Amino acid sequence: MRKCSISALDAVFAKIAESMTLYIPADDKNGAAYKKWESGMQLADTLNTVRSPKDFFFPQIENLMEFKTSGKTIEVIDTREAKEDFVVFGVRACDVKSFEVLDRVFLSEPVDSYYAERRAHGVIVSMACSRPAETCFCQTFGIDAAAPAGDISCWKDSENVYFEAQTEKGSALLNVIADLTEECGTEKVEEQQAKTREIMKKLPLADLTTEAFEGGDKTMEFFNIPEWKELSESCIGCGTCTFVCPTCQCYDIKDFNTGNGVVRFRCWDSCMYSDFTRMAHGNSRNSQVERFRQRFMHKLVYYPANNDGMFSCVGCGRCLSKCPISMNIVKVMKTIGGKK
Amino acid sequence: MQKITRKMLIDKAAELLQNGTVDRVLGWKNGEFVYDVTPALFTDAEALEKDFVYNDFCGANFSKYLIAETRKQGGKVLVFLKTCDTYSFNQLLTEHRFDREKVYAVGIPCEGMADIEKVKKAVDGIIAVDGKDDKIVVTSLYDGDVELDAQAVMAERCIVCKSKKHVAYDELMGEEGEVIESARFDEVEKLEKMTADERFAFWQNELSKCIRCNACRNVCPACTCEKCVFDNPDSGVENKAAADSFEEKMFHIIRAFHVAGRCTDCGECSRVCPQNIPLHLLNRKFIKDINSFYGDYQAGAEVGSRAPLVNYTTEDLEPGEAVEKGANN
Amino acid sequence: MQVNGYKPLIVAFCCNWCSYAGADLAGSNRLSYPAEVKIIRVPCSCRVNPMFILRAFQRGADGVILCGCHPGDCHYTSGNYFTRRRMAALFSMLDFLGIERARTRVEWVSAAEGAKFAATMNDFVETVAALGENKRLEDLRCKR
Repeated sequence: MRKCSISALDAVFAKIAESMTLYIPADDKNGAAYKKWESGMQLADTLNTVRSPKDFFFPQIENLMEFKTSGKTIEVIDTREAKEDFVVFGVRACDVKSFEVLDRVFLSEPVDSYYAERRAHGVIVSMACSRPAETCFCQTFGIDAAAPAGDISCWKDSENVYFEAQTEKGSALLNVIADLTEECGTEKVEEQQAKTREIMKKLPLADLTTEAFEGGDKTMEFFNIPEWKELSESCIGCGTCTFVCPTCQCYDIKDFNTGNGVVRFRCWDSCMYSDFTRMAHGNSRNSQVERFRQRFMHKLVYYPANNDGMFSCVGCGRCLSKCPISMNIVKVMKTIGGKK
Repeated sequence: MQKITRKMLIDKAAELLQNGTVDRVLGWKNGEFVYDVTPALFTDAEALEKDFVYNDFCGANFSKYLIAETRKQGGKVLVFLKTCDTYSFNQLLTEHRFDREKVYAVGIPCEGMADIEKVKKAVDGIIAVDGKDDKIVVTSLYDGDVELDAQAVMAERCIVCKSKKHVAYDELMGEEGEVIESARFDEVEKLEKMTADERFAFWQNELSKCIRCNACRNVCPACTCEKCVFDNPDSGVENKAAADSFEEKMFHIIRAFHVAGRCTDCGECSRVCPQNIPLHLLNRKFIKDINSFYGDYQAGAEVGSRAPLVNYTTEDLEPGEAVEKGANN
Repeated sequence: MQVNGYKPLIVAFCCNWCSYAGADLAGSNRLSYPAEVKIIRVPCSCRVNPMFILRAFQRGADGVILCGCHPGDCHYTSGNYFTRRRMAALFSMLDFLGIERARTRVEWVSAAEGAKFAATMNDFVETVAALGENKRLEDLRCKR
C-alpha cells in the first residue's frame, strides 16, 4: 500500500494527466459530475456523481458508422477514431461493480467492439466510501463499500490518500506516480474500513435482502403477481431511473439523415418509454405496468437467471434520490420479495 | 412550515370514504425515508392509517393523475390540492382532459414545500426530518440533529409562490389565501439583462446537462398529448438522446413552447429534473412575454379562458417589435 | 450575395395565397433577389410551427424568414394573426436563449408586392450574411 498527503493529490493528478486523460468527480453547482481534470480542479466532496460513470464505456450517444451514397454505390465509413488510455478516478464500490454487470452483457459473444475498446483503454481508480448515504444499499448485493475493486483501490481520510494496486494496469499506473507516493502500512485503512462497516450496518436499508430472488429462475413466480399494478400505478413513464442507473444497458440504434449522408448511431433507450422495442407489429409492452415490470424483472430475475445469479442492481441509490415520484427498486423488492 | 397535519387529512379522507362521497383517495404513501413519498391510491381507513403520509416533501402535483383516474370505472376519487395544483386542475378542465364529475377536490393550504436537494446539500445521511415553526430539524447519521432554517431549504417555486388562493375545490380545509405579489420573474429579468453571448453560454451550459429522460415532460400537467411529437417515430424529430447540442435545445424550446400560454408555473419540471436544469425559467419567460405583449394572463385562474397563443387581436405586436419589447422590460 | 466572403443559406416560408404569388411577381417583373433564398411554399403562414423554423436551422439555414398575407388579408381570415402571436413568442424565446435575433424575421408580403418581396429578401440576406455562419443553432452532423 502506498500513500500521499491530500495536499499532494493535485500533483498526483498532474502527473497522471501528463500521460493520460484523467477524469475526476468534480463539484458542479447542481451536484458532482465526472469532468476532465484540469489544473486546479478539486475532487468533489459529495458521496457520488449524479450521473453514473457508465458513460465512459457505454456513452449515451455514439456514432457507429456513416454511409455515403453516390449513384448506385453505398460507401460504409467506420468513424471510429483511435482511443487513448484514460483514467477514471474516484469511482465508488457500487459503480465499480456496475462495470462487471455491463461487461457480462457487452463482452460476452458477440463482443461489442465499441465497448471492448473503451474498456481496454480505461483504468479504474476506485475510492472507498466513509460516509455512505441513507440511500445506499450496496451491501444487499454483497458489495463492500469499504473495499472497492478496480485497477487501483483508494481510501481517503482527513490527511492522506492510500493506494493499493489490484491489477497489472493498476500497478503500472502506481509506478507512474511512485515518486509522489510513499510506501505505508495498512493500519489506518483498516481502521477506516471497520468504521465504515459499522456505519453500513446502521443504514436504513441495511436489512434489505435479495433472498426472495435467489435460487434459479424465478420468472414464473413473479411475472403475474398483482402487485405490479399497484407499484406502477403512479409511474409517470419517464426514463430517469434508467438513465441515472449505472447498470441499465438497453440501447437503440437509429439512422439520422444528415442531408448529405446517413449517420448510424446508438443511444441509450429506456424500457419505461412507450416506443421501446417497437417493431413492425407494434409494441410488445403496451402499458406502463408491463414496462415497469420489465425493468425490475430484468434487474432482479432475468439478469441473474442468465448470469449465474448475479443481480443487475448495485445499490448505488441513484434511482432512490432521482425518481420524480419516489418509486424505486427498494420498494419493489420489499413489496414483491416480502410475498411468499 | 405547515398547519395542515397528516391526521387532519386522514380524518377527512376517512370521513369521505365512510359517507360514500368517494371510493378512493389519491394521497402520498410512506416510503423508506422521510422524503421518499409516492403518490398512491387508498381505499380504506386502515390503509390510510398505515401508509398515508403528509409532510414537507409532499410536493407532487396530483392534477395530472386525474386524467387516468377519471377514466376508471367506479365512483369519485378524492384528491388533495395545494394552491398551485388547483391552477393545473383548472387548466386541465379547460382543455377537457378529465371528467370533473368524477373528482372530489379538497383544497389544502400550503406554506411551501421543502426541496430535498437543498436539505441534502446541507446534511449528509438524513434519517428523519421534523418541522418546528420556521425551522426544520434534520436527524443525521453523522452529525446528530441539525437545525435548518425552513426558508433556506424551501423549494424555489415555493419561495416565489404566486398565489395562496385555491381557484378550484369542492371543499376547502383551513382558510382561503390571496393571490400574492411574487418575485418569480426576477431571475428571468436577470438573464434578459445579460448580453446575448452570456445568455447563450448560460443556456448552453445548462441544457448540455440534459439526459433526455423526459421527466420534465411526463410530469407536466400541461403536457397531456396521448402521443408526444418527440415519441413519434414518424415525426422526424423523435429522439431518445441528444445526439448533438442542437437537439436538446430543440427539445426544450419546443417543450416550453407547446405549453406556452397553458403553463400555470407549478414548477414540477424543475423539481423532477435529475440534472437540476432551471427549466422553469423557460416557461416563465413565455409567461412574462405573454403578459407584456397581450396583457396579464394566468393559465388556470378560471376554467374556460382562451389561452393567449390560440387567440388574437387585430392590433397585436409584430414579431420584430415583440422581440425588442420582450428583451427590454 | 456575399458579405466578408460568406454566402448564407436562407429558408423563406411563403404562404400560397399572398407571399408566394408576390415572389412570382418579383420574378415576372425581373426583380432580382439572391439565389441563396430557398422558398418553401406553405398553405398559410399559420402552417409553420416552431419546429419548422428550428429544423431549418438544424439543416444548415443561416436565417429563416416567414412571409404571409398582410394582417386582415389572410385567405383563411385569421391564420396570420395566430402566426403573429406564435412567432412573437418564439422569436423572443430564441433571443432569450442568446440566438441572434436578426436570423429570424416575419414579413407580410401581398401578391401585388413583388418589389417588396425582392427588397425584403435582399435586405434579409445582407443582414444574415453580415452575421456569418449560424453557430448557435447548428447540428454538426448536418455540416459534414
